[in-house]
Amino acid sequence: MSTLAHIFEAAGMATIALGSVKNQIKNTAPPRGLWCDFPLGRPLGVPQNAEFQHQVLAAAFSLLDSKQTVFKEYDIAIKDEGTEVMACTLPPRHDPEAHPAVDEANGLRPAYERALAKYGNRIGAGRTISSDQIGEAIESFIRVAKGTPWKEAGVPGIPARVSQDIRGYYETAALALSDHAPAAWAGTRWFLDHTEAGKVVLSARQAMADAGEKQPIWFYMVPGDR
Amino acid sequence: MADSDVKAMTADLEVPSFEVAAFTSPVKLSEAKVAIVTSASLHHPDDDGFSPGDVGYRVLESNKRDYVLGHWSPNFDATGFALDINTVFPIDRLDELAARGVIGSVSDIHLAYAGNQFELSAIRMDSGPAGAKFLNEQGVDIVLLTPV
Repeated sequence: MSTLAHIFEAAGMATIALGSVKNQIKNTAPPRGLWCDFPLGRPLGVPQNAEFQHQVLAAAFSLLDSKQTVFKEYDIAIKDEGTEVMACTLPPRHDPEAHPAVDEANGLRPAYERALAKYGNRIGAGRTISSDQIGEAIESFIRVAKGTPWKEAGVPGIPARVSQDIRGYYETAALALSDHAPAAWAGTRWFLDHTEAGKVVLSARQAMADAGEKQPIWFYMVPGDR
Repeated sequence: MADSDVKAMTADLEVPSFEVAAFTSPVKLSEAKVAIVTSASLHHPDDDGFSPGDVGYRVLESNKRDYVLGHWSPNFDATGFALDINTVFPIDRLDELAARGVIGSVSDIHLAYAGNQFELSAIRMDSGPAGAKFLNEQGVDIVLLTPV
């Protein structure tokens, strides 16, 4: 981000860079940098809170008053303690013949469609696989988790990208199952730790790591601290 | 898993350095045309998505609010953007500031790049300057840069 700030500034435009990781924005020294200690993915801080977002923007634009390069810290921090999890009621088993994760994903489809109707498809399936392929993708990861090499398991794309589509499908569906804006990462923790599909993705990732697959192939299937 | 754990993985990554920091004196904010440049890999649904290591940029139009988050990294929360595009791309907030006269106007055109890049030479030498030239041609005075 700061690299672009330097480039655009050199082209004659005044820039203001927001940053969420202090060392990164401080060390790259954009002409005007505002470090906001907000969760990654939320540089304006709080979704659906126009007043908060305006306060951040006011602080950002105030940096234009400086006559020289400037770095400041925003005075409000939003900390994620790693504990909040979305509270979503998962659908009851419908098809006893299906793997629990596939049955679960199919059961979430109405919620997913409701969320799409309300918000649009901003983070859901579609990067590599469509929402119609979520079940198929989960089945392929089940095979990987049981020891089938990923290239022979029918994974419908690069595993990290397929995993991202599954996660996006679940997190989008969760928005329709929750009555409030979730805290950052609460949807991801719900997906990874409280759903059958999350267990499958983590198991497939571990199986790929254990099988000695190249690290970039499996590492980016979930956040890197997992 | 906590946000601080993910940030800790990236905090010590080597970052690019610039021997001389450019500095442009801004025009008056109330007269400035403002654009957003984001590293969130946003794009419109009909545009090409971002591939791994994609160093190009996508043009984002103000009058289409159908932005898709195409970033490859799993290391950020995406639900904020899903709920409210302004969490990453504060286009509605800029419109409100323009209506109040705080900023001069909002550019019709904005840009998205793919962040989380380790090889930056192509962006520094090619797509970055090209994007800057493009925004210059749109009469943009001030650029707000947002990450994910």
